Amino acid sequence: MIAIAPALLDDLDRRLIEAFQRDLPLCAEPYAAMANSLNTTEADLLERLARLEAEGVVSRVGAVVAPHRAGWSTLAAMAVPVDRMDEVAAAVSACPEINHNYAREHALNLWFVVTAESRARVTAVLHAIEQATGLEVLDLPLERAYGIDLGFKPSWN
Amino acid sequence: MELSPTDRRLLAALEDGLPLVARPYAAIAARVGLAEVEVIERLQGLLDAGVIKRLGLVVRHHEIGYRANAMTVWDVPDEAVDRVGQALAAAPDVTLCYRRPRRLPTWPYNLFAMVHGRERPAVLERIGQLRGEYGLADVPHAVLFSTRRFKQRGARYFAAAGVGG
Repeated sequence: MIAIAPALLDDLDRRLIEAFQRDLPLCAEPYAAMANSLNTTEADLLERLARLEAEGVVSRVGAVVAPHRAGWSTLAAMAVPVDRMDEVAAAVSACPEINHNYAREHALNLWFVVTAESRARVTAVLHAIEQATGLEVLDLPLERAYGIDLGFKPSWN
Repeated sequence: MELSPTDRRLLAALEDGLPLVARPYAAIAARVGLAEVEVIERLQGLLDAGVIKRLGLVVRHHEIGYRANAMTVWDVPDEAVDRVGQALAAAPDVTLCYRRPRRLPTWPYNLFAMVHGRERPAVLERIGQLRGEYGLADVPHAVLFSTRRFKQRGARYFAAAGVGG
């Protein structure tokens, strides 16, 4: 992974990020409503969102679906020999059902999230990864989510 | 709540995000064959039912300078885990807090919390505080910092299955 300097955000970018990680207006012209509450124009707001998406700061304006309400997902972990990390991580990332895939500091050093329309499909993906890599995959499905997902509350300094 | 085929089509159409146009719900409506007002009403219904947990900007913390990303895990006794999890979820700096199964002997931990910060020392200090504040000082734990991000994008419940979208 290439280290990229943090994106430069101005005050309005920051207020936009703080205010609208949830409660996107459900009206015909939501961006105009957001612009209004931030004292800017709709055109400026749309430009900002396009820039933030292009920079990767905002991955999308969209719906975050609660786990296990619209399908199935799991967190999976593997202990990958260090000299095989690139190969195994690439094989995992290549599956369309994988949305997050990170190396972490632990004996179990590769962690990824599998999401699909059914539990059977998720299980099949885990088995396919085991077969392709010859490594065991730990299946750690969510049993309970605590709290409310408020998004991410950054402090900017 | 069982999702209707129409709701599934709607969620599938949303997986890549709302378009950045003046009337994004109308654009989604045209893709799934609904009226704009129906899309808005269905989204409100899915939010009320808890199927959608939030509708808004999905922010990537790494890109705004939050480079230290610690998956922090504890082995909390079963009778206490829900109480601790609920309290921890409300702590500032904890973004997600989940209970997951142990897989003994490989994996003894059942409570997961994500803690983000700009630098590692500050995150470790914060985790130390959390352990003190939530009665976790004597509970076995581990901190798994991420070292490489191979892939990060929104979940696709439908796209991979070819359910519209």
